[in-house]
Amino acid sequence: MWAFLVTEVMFFGGLFLAYTFLRWKHHDAVVAASGHLDWILGGVNTGVLLISSLTMAMAVHAAQEGKRKATVNFLILTMILGAVFLGVKAFEYSHKWHDGLFPGFNFHWTENPAYAGGAEMFLFLYFVMTGLHGLHMVVGIGLVAWIIKRANRGDFTPEYNIPVEITGLYWHFVDIVWIFLYPLLYLIQPPHH
Amino acid sequence: MPGAANGVFEMPKVTYLNAQEGIKSWLLTGDHKRIAILYLISISIFFALGGVFASLIRIELLTPGPELDAEMYNRAFTAHGIVMVFMFLIPAIPAVLGNFLLPIMIGARDLAFPKVNLLSWYLYMIGGLLTLTAMLMGGVDTGWTFYTPYSTTYSQSYVFLTGLGIFIMGFSSITTGLNFVITTHKMRAPGMTWSRLPLFVWSQYATSLVMLLGTPVIAITVVLLAAERVFGVGIFNPNLGGDPVLFQHLFWFYSHPAVYIMILPAMGVISELIAAFSRRRVFGYSFVAFSSLAIAIFGFLVWGHHLFVSGQSAYAGIIFSLLSFIVAIPSAVKVFNWTTTLYKGSISYETPMLYALAFIGLFAIGGLTGLFCAALGLDVHITDTYFIIAHFHYVMVGSTVIAYLGGIHYWWPKMTGRSYPEFWGKLSAMLIYVGFNLTFFPQFILGYLGMPRRYHVYPPEYQVLNILSTAGASVLAVGFLMPVFYLLWSLKYGPIAGPNPWGAKGLEWETASPPPTFNFDATPIVTQEAYAYDAEADEAAYQAALQQDKR
Repeated sequence: MWAFLVTEVMFFGGLFLAYTFLRWKHHDAVVAASGHLDWILGGVNTGVLLISSLTMAMAVHAAQEGKRKATVNFLILTMILGAVFLGVKAFEYSHKWHDGLFPGFNFHWTENPAYAGGAEMFLFLYFVMTGLHGLHMVVGIGLVAWIIKRANRGDFTPEYNIPVEITGLYWHFVDIVWIFLYPLLYLIQPPHH
Repeated sequence: MPGAANGVFEMPKVTYLNAQEGIKSWLLTGDHKRIAILYLISISIFFALGGVFASLIRIELLTPGPELDAEMYNRAFTAHGIVMVFMFLIPAIPAVLGNFLLPIMIGARDLAFPKVNLLSWYLYMIGGLLTLTAMLMGGVDTGWTFYTPYSTTYSQSYVFLTGLGIFIMGFSSITTGLNFVITTHKMRAPGMTWSRLPLFVWSQYATSLVMLLGTPVIAITVVLLAAERVFGVGIFNPNLGGDPVLFQHLFWFYSHPAVYIMILPAMGVISELIAAFSRRRVFGYSFVAFSSLAIAIFGFLVWGHHLFVSGQSAYAGIIFSLLSFIVAIPSAVKVFNWTTTLYKGSISYETPMLYALAFIGLFAIGGLTGLFCAALGLDVHITDTYFIIAHFHYVMVGSTVIAYLGGIHYWWPKMTGRSYPEFWGKLSAMLIYVGFNLTFFPQFILGYLGMPRRYHVYPPEYQVLNILSTAGASVLAVGFLMPVFYLLWSLKYGPIAGPNPWGAKGLEWETASPPPTFNFDATPIVTQEAYAYDAEADEAAYQAALQQDKR
């Protein structure tokens, strides 16, 4: 699993490189476009994910102690928090579409026209990065559901609980990606905001 | 092959080949050996396809004028590149020989994740077929490097579909790499310490690390490329404020290490062959083992030498040039150690050994001309000429394909239980060697004289060398076709090989040929270092001395 996570880091790494380049080349446009992201919703989501990491860690701990009921409950909680995150994200996405900030298909930049190109690229990267992250969340929720099924069946004991631990690792990894995405995408607004 | 010739050996009754029957038992198998055979068949078909595109190119270049139109020619060389790189060279040695041998060499029953292994074959096939579909629909004309903004904005060909195919095949590589790394860490037999691993395993391990670290980057690059085409946003398009050089950085960050995905396993094969046919332990075992890791690591730091003429800063150029020279050190360590292994060895010239010796010579040429390309000033002169084409064909065909064929011949008796006809093997090895040099050596000269790559017409002064090259390609094609016939023939009529036809060392030679489904009847316990030929020779000398004393 650690080996797999390394490939994931490299996978997202390419995007972070593109981001770095964009921010360097179109600094002002990036700042302007970032102002259109809702830092409060993003912040709420950050909190939601952090709590879900906590419940995930509790689930792993419970599994190691052989507490089946607690394991399942913590896992369900984790799943619900993951779903809340995705819900908020979907809300944000639909807002962007409404505001004409969806690159390629529905993009109408009304501010300083010099920033239009850079802003569109920034939002493009925003959608690719958070979209990819969201896809990982969906996979994560699927994995947690599978683990819940197995935990209910009584598959895990204090001696054998590797699947819970590995799913936990994956979940924390997806969280950490968000921890990087949130400040890089949401929190670069101009000082007067 | 003394035993085989006398008909001493019998086929084992139950092997991995006949343990289960029917197409379904193959398509749903978890057996690493059967998956290797599935790969062998599909890879051979793709190799033949890539060869067809290559012959289109060589036929076009026979005369200075156009036979194919420019558009058609662009599609032919792109298809040749994509098929050969992504569908043959990258998977060839790891997925066929690695899959088959890695678990046996370390004394394991199978890879760590047999189902993931099967998944990797399906991913490979799905990706391959998508790419093939794109070619049938009309193909791609961007070159295998997909340089932007041509590929994102202007090309009217099937970039998206091809990209999707490559993306999916990438995951096939990642899953294979993951499986190899974990298997090597977790599933070694008792006594199989890291310092006793065969060098083939070391090289597969280093390759797998590159696959794990590099492939995700090409995956995300292809995603960006595809998204840019769909959304019409210009991360890589200077007209829209983006930068095409960013694409080149991302692309080569994978695609240069990918060269090491191709060459490292080939080096592993050669270490095995040289040891087996000179009856000596590989000289400087640990240097050869760690040079694989060194190549894997340095390989990630040299991508910028593909961008010397792209406008990257001169300082970046100087550093990338220096780092590229450094890769020559571990490569040379290997070449010198193989040569030293030969010294005072008891050498015999069976077919695999012919391939191994060809490898050393051709790799030396391919590697040394690489230094020409790494030199900043000279590279400006030879960039995008036939010199580059010749250089990387010496490394990819002259080294990787040669090692792959050598390995296939060496382990053929293990895979099938039967030996191939030695005479035809040697003949085809020599034809390939002659044909290869005749094809690609003239291209060094052409490139140095200034013939650019990727054009379907050229000035008449270049024709003589181009005729030589096409003639060589025909010889090469005959050499490549011959093994198809005699290897298939040997499946039915070849002499039965027995467990160890070469008298070689290594766990794979201690089990039956072909091996049973779980490789060994009992888990082997390893008590010797790899290639303990010297110990055997010492023992023989000791016994001889005893005899002398008795007399």
